[in-house]
Amino acid sequence: MNENSSRYKRVRGVDKFMTGVFYGIGGFFILLLIVLAAYIIVKGITSIYPGVFSFTSMGIGNQFFNTIYLVFLSLIISVPLGVAAGSYLAEYARKGRLTEMITMSIEALSSLPSIVVGLFGYLVFILMTGMKWNLLAGAMAVTILSLPAITTTTRDALAALPAHYRSGSIGLGATRWQTLWHVLLPACVPRIITGVILVAGRGFGEAAALLYTSGQSTVLNWANWDITSPTCPLNVFRPGETLSLHIWVMRTEGSMNPHSVEIANVSSMVLIIMVLGFSLLARYLSRKLDEKNKGAAK
Amino acid sequence: MFKKEYLGRGIVTVCGIFIIALTLAISVFLLVKGTGVFTQFHHSVAEFLFSDNWAPKDVPGEGGGHIGASIYIMGSLMTCGLALLIAVPFSLAGAIFIAEISPRLGSRILQPAIEIFVGIPSVVYGWVGLTILVPFIRDKLHAPMGGYSVLAAGIVLAIMIFPTIATVAADALRAVPDSYRQAAYGLGSTRWQLIYKVSVPAAKSGIFTGIILGLSRAFGETLAVAMVIGKTRVFPKGILYPTNNLTAAIAADMGNTANGGEYNMALWAMALLLLIISLACIVVIHLLARSGEKDK
Repeated sequence: MNENSSRYKRVRGVDKFMTGVFYGIGGFFILLLIVLAAYIIVKGITSIYPGVFSFTSMGIGNQFFNTIYLVFLSLIISVPLGVAAGSYLAEYARKGRLTEMITMSIEALSSLPSIVVGLFGYLVFILMTGMKWNLLAGAMAVTILSLPAITTTTRDALAALPAHYRSGSIGLGATRWQTLWHVLLPACVPRIITGVILVAGRGFGEAAALLYTSGQSTVLNWANWDITSPTCPLNVFRPGETLSLHIWVMRTEGSMNPHSVEIANVSSMVLIIMVLGFSLLARYLSRKLDEKNKGAAK
Repeated sequence: MFKKEYLGRGIVTVCGIFIIALTLAISVFLLVKGTGVFTQFHHSVAEFLFSDNWAPKDVPGEGGGHIGASIYIMGSLMTCGLALLIAVPFSLAGAIFIAEISPRLGSRILQPAIEIFVGIPSVVYGWVGLTILVPFIRDKLHAPMGGYSVLAAGIVLAIMIFPTIATVAADALRAVPDSYRQAAYGLGSTRWQLIYKVSVPAAKSGIFTGIILGLSRAFGETLAVAMVIGKTRVFPKGILYPTNNLTAAIAADMGNTANGGEYNMALWAMALLLLIISLACIVVIHLLARSGEKDK
């Protein structure tokens, strides 16, 4: 009996101890995140110098613009493609070889290292076309990376719709395509937009895929609006270094810029704020829209 | 009828098939480019994998150098192994916290925090490694060759892959039926006994899936590692020494080498190796899922 009760005590003690350990590790994660975010932001703010946000080689304005422009270009390609592929999977695909192959391909694409995608982009869009580094090639590489997420988001959003959306529309004499186009996809727009925002957030931070596609330099002339000129900001066939690549270039390539450390610090801060902002926005939107949908269903 | 159905159906079907075509295209292009160094310059795969003699010629069409990439491969294996050693216990603990200890705090605080970790761009992790870890390892741990080291790369990778492992493992733990828990408590076990004797073993295949996913992410990670690994082509004498890895080598040299040269082709072979590793991870995950189903 004595032995039993000491064993009981020990087991209870171990349980309490392990519970403490788990709380400790959970708290450690939270602390790590807070410290990390605070460090990045404080380091960024204290590194600000006059002209760091300017659109010159001393500032990061051009890189900021390139980042947004590149993600925008990539979304123009990836959203229609991904939504269409997701619609096919949810509405038309039958069980079988083809569907299985698409699902497998999505899985393979989504786990590809981004440098591999970047090299594929380099091979196909730069080497094979004989062009210089350009924004469009970078946008294509980011498209390949974001396609799986947009496709699965669309597929899951369509699959989650109540069955009576479909039966109601078909019952009124619509074809499957009309049902998809006029009823199902509009009902999925909120979810798809949430997914796209998340994808865009990831796109801002992408770097390895852009090393050899959109290039590691940028020279813009904001007075030049001739779209064929290599210094015109809107030209998609010009090199376009993004913020994330700028951090890499400033900190590793032995850059000649006297402010390279400060530029990297500020760029990291800006990037973190963009990415966090987008992820919070997506979270907020999806909650808002869920509430709204619940209201409409009542 | 054409406009009402077939046109739209045709377009979405083509987009679906495009995804297969894209995946095949990536595989085929990399296969062709990546095997060039073996077919065109007659190197053996064994030389590439196991030799450490890396002296490829950088002239288009001219062979005769050496393409032993074992230092890069070892660098990748060591950093990823170290990252797993650090990340697995922590992420498992995080997952257990979310699924078993406090689901309320877990889903309200820990899980959103983990999602934010996922969103932080890899370059920023590299930057953090460069501004915090490298000086720390240099000054406090007295690394002999400056702070650039396997340890720094391992820690950066660990922070990057723990969200993947934790999320997947938490899902796996949550999927363990509640009847298991009730039975364990009914037999008088404590929560810790329940966790390590029932929940974790029952969620085993899901947890391994998470680990493999994390590993596959670690293998492919490029710039964050490249910024802290030191890019020195020697076998490291310990974790405080710098070395180089596959992804950092590709990122550093792909643009500086002559297209079609032996050096360039050897880098493409490395890229092919990365692709094969990433596909192999998927196969392993499928096998795990199948064995997990069998257990039930």
